[in-house]
Amino acid sequence: MKENRLQWCIGGAQGSGVDTSANIFSRACAEGGLWVAGKREYYSNIKGEHSYFVVRVSDTMVEAMLEGIDILATFDEETVARHFDEVRKGGAIIYDPSLSQKKTDDIHTLDARIKLELAERFRQEGGVTIKTLLDDAAARGVNVYPVPYGTLLNSISSRTGERRQAILGRMVNVLAVSASFWLLHYDLDELNSSIEHVFGGRKKLSEPNKVAAAVAYEYMKGNFKESAEYRLRKVEKKEKRMLLNGNQAIALGKLASGLRFQTYYPITPAADESMYLEKFERFSMNDSDEKGNLMVVQTEDEISAITMAIGGALSGARSSTCTSGPGFSLMAEGIGWAGINEVPVVITDYQRAGPSTGMPTRHEQGDLKFALYGGHGDFPKIVLASGDLEESFYDANHAFNFAERYQLPVIHIVDKAMANTTMTLPYFDPARMNIDRGLFLGDGTPFVIEEGKEYERFKITENGISPRVPIGTPGGIFWNTGDEHTELGHITEDPILRDRMMDKRMGKLDLALKEIPEDEQFHYYGQENPDLLVVSWGSTKGSILEAMGKLEGKKIGFLQIRLIRPFPSEAVTRIIKSAGRVAVMEMNYVGQLADIMAEYTGHLAEYRIVKFNGRPITVDEAYRSMKQIVEGKSEKRVVLTYGA
Amino acid sequence: MALKLADMRTEVHNDWCPGCGDFGILSAVQMALADMGLNREDSVVVSGIGCSAKLVHYTNVTGIHTLHGRPLPFATGVKLANPHLNVVVVGGDGDGLGIGAGHFVNGGRRNVDMLYIIHDNGVYGLTKGQASPTLKLGEQTKSLVYPNITSSINPLVLAMACGYTFVARGYSFNVQHLKKLIREGIEHNGSAFIDVLQPCPTYNDINSKEWYNGEDRAEENSGKALPRVYSIEADGYDGHVDTAKGRDSEKVMLEAMRRAVEWGDRIPIGVFYSNDEIPTYEERMHHRVPEYMDVPPAKQRISDNRKKPIADITPFMDELGV
Repeated sequence: MKENRLQWCIGGAQGSGVDTSANIFSRACAEGGLWVAGKREYYSNIKGEHSYFVVRVSDTMVEAMLEGIDILATFDEETVARHFDEVRKGGAIIYDPSLSQKKTDDIHTLDARIKLELAERFRQEGGVTIKTLLDDAAARGVNVYPVPYGTLLNSISSRTGERRQAILGRMVNVLAVSASFWLLHYDLDELNSSIEHVFGGRKKLSEPNKVAAAVAYEYMKGNFKESAEYRLRKVEKKEKRMLLNGNQAIALGKLASGLRFQTYYPITPAADESMYLEKFERFSMNDSDEKGNLMVVQTEDEISAITMAIGGALSGARSSTCTSGPGFSLMAEGIGWAGINEVPVVITDYQRAGPSTGMPTRHEQGDLKFALYGGHGDFPKIVLASGDLEESFYDANHAFNFAERYQLPVIHIVDKAMANTTMTLPYFDPARMNIDRGLFLGDGTPFVIEEGKEYERFKITENGISPRVPIGTPGGIFWNTGDEHTELGHITEDPILRDRMMDKRMGKLDLALKEIPEDEQFHYYGQENPDLLVVSWGSTKGSILEAMGKLEGKKIGFLQIRLIRPFPSEAVTRIIKSAGRVAVMEMNYVGQLADIMAEYTGHLAEYRIVKFNGRPITVDEAYRSMKQIVEGKSEKRVVLTYGA
Repeated sequence: MALKLADMRTEVHNDWCPGCGDFGILSAVQMALADMGLNREDSVVVSGIGCSAKLVHYTNVTGIHTLHGRPLPFATGVKLANPHLNVVVVGGDGDGLGIGAGHFVNGGRRNVDMLYIIHDNGVYGLTKGQASPTLKLGEQTKSLVYPNITSSINPLVLAMACGYTFVARGYSFNVQHLKKLIREGIEHNGSAFIDVLQPCPTYNDINSKEWYNGEDRAEENSGKALPRVYSIEADGYDGHVDTAKGRDSEKVMLEAMRRAVEWGDRIPIGVFYSNDEIPTYEERMHHRVPEYMDVPPAKQRISDNRKKPIADITPFMDELGV
């Protein structure tokens, strides 16, 4: 029996409550002390297309997803058609028996490619039905559980007096969750508590849903034998935990680190960060009874979002914007302006599958080169990549600190997988953050304006950092321009001054590399002098770490590069030289980090493990590809393809 | 200490063409700022790209010379983060109504308390005189190979349609009148827009100073030029909205639009529309966040003396707690 370790999946038409069900399921597990990580997959669509949520449950902290499903909860035919094959032997499928005779060819939202594959595979006269698929699963040893949702809804209706189909219809979600929990021997109390939380104490919603939970639980108990394969059991929780997604983790990090002005233009999957930040419009402070406030402005486009955030920074607020691929492209000119004018601003880029509109709701790490090289001309910017939700919280502060200390734009690069991963984490500890606002005029710094002299915003200094002032500072009148400029900030085309200003600005990158602690530049996991060194960045971290664990006995090292510009060339070179084979694993077509690493270290990685189908790299994929290399059986370029 | 006009000037060499209308706008801006007696550090001029945008370098207050078409969102960020600053935006007609038109439209919707001045000369001067969004259809200025194939925008009508709550037009060679408009625009509570007719002596040989002065059409008897530009106020026009007195915004705006489309032999300047009855963005925000004006984003403490965060995120983590 597998206890407290499984993957549960629920699917359905977008807008039918899949997210709510997954939330109820995850909370119920988390409240029982279990750790969860949930992956949300959805189309760029409001209602009707297939979406699904896989929740991984474990008694230790998890952040990556495995292949396969243990329990598949469905209430429509499309979810069966798309996922029946992923369910493991000994696993379970909960389905609505009234859909058994439905034909896959009639599912209008199912891709033609899948229909064709099913037709060719089963060659069923009259067409492939849901029953065909369930029979196939059952033959493989999957337990199938027919749950007649219609009958159960009638019973809920008579118990609660609720007659409205629109309301009753949505309760199939809780029926599916509750039926799953019965299979898992999990306590109904946890489910009820989760239902109350998710419906925010609105008794009109929570009470009938609790009835639904009871109805499904009783039905399962009365009609099936308990599964001997899986069990979820409450465990003791040692610390306070949250259930949150990546947008929320970064928003909380930004608030703690002093963000007070955020701009954005709606885009998937970044916009949720700003909408969540809007909740913090007023907040309490640790050290006084006063209220703080954070302004979020929805702009007319991303050009406005970046330039308005720069404006906020010029006035002295910690300012940022967040966006995804297409919006990030539009910001290029503004970021260059912040570069030449040495304005501290943070851009959080939630990468999604490109190019152009690409696959707007799917995952990719395809913006790295653009983050590094986007924009005309040479100007300094820092690119910081977080590997998981916890890192992203603290990195929000690192991003602001770097921006203000080195007076430049910072790209905090994350991705869709992080944005839409919901997981349990211990409470964050803001006291671990140190806020470094960099060099201001006056303010105890050695820089003051001499009598009779003007303040020089771009004063050439030894380390390239000139003291800045917020607009409105007495004695601190200054000029900015996107043109090359004098120390005062006026336009110049003088060749000598041009050289000095370029040196001043670009030199800040060397300074940053010298000053930023190694732990913020990269993380190294595993053994020294490894036979295989896996180099990666961003949200592949969870899968790689877990895969390494499974490859116990092999000498593997994992280098997670966090600071990608300025690139920690020396340290990376040192680590590469200590290793046998080197593989770069990432979620894009060309192997962008592998190219960048080659540029900065002169070392061309022997293996490129890439994936670009829009679905995150699984633990199993990381495991297989690493194992193949270790065993000397790998191609030089491996394209990973798992995912529905 | 009262500021003199000389205090508003910098030592930066002015490289506008001799006879450029921009000089009049520069003088009017500097005179208005000096007259108003504001501390120099409390004002900021934000500009786009083009000849007009260099104005900030000649003016001795903080000057932010931004990107082509983007001065409005830059300025909006500056102002919203610190609403106590006096923010003046300057740009060209191509900057604001061509590449930056989206910001122009949405700026009106926000009604942030600042003044936006467009130097309106009908051409893209710094790139050698291509047609700008305000050049009339069929006109062929010096650089154009063919007559202008595109229709023009009426900046005043557009500004009213977008929601600017103060809409005026000035003429760069009527500096005293323009100075008065600029001062009114700064003092107006909300987004003020002034379209300034500004001859480009190098590239616009149609809407020249002589043309505005009506030198091509003389009075029959005296032979004196008949200027095209006239003041609507002197003509008895009042563009102020006062709903209580029966002059609601719809009524005044329709009248203002009728006057704003006048062109040709009679070109009105002055305040077309002024409406104090619409709350500014800052007031809307202050209504939601009572602390906003006292401690706006730029004025907040964010850490204690140990450099530790002071925003209390625990209640938000509790909401996510399991």
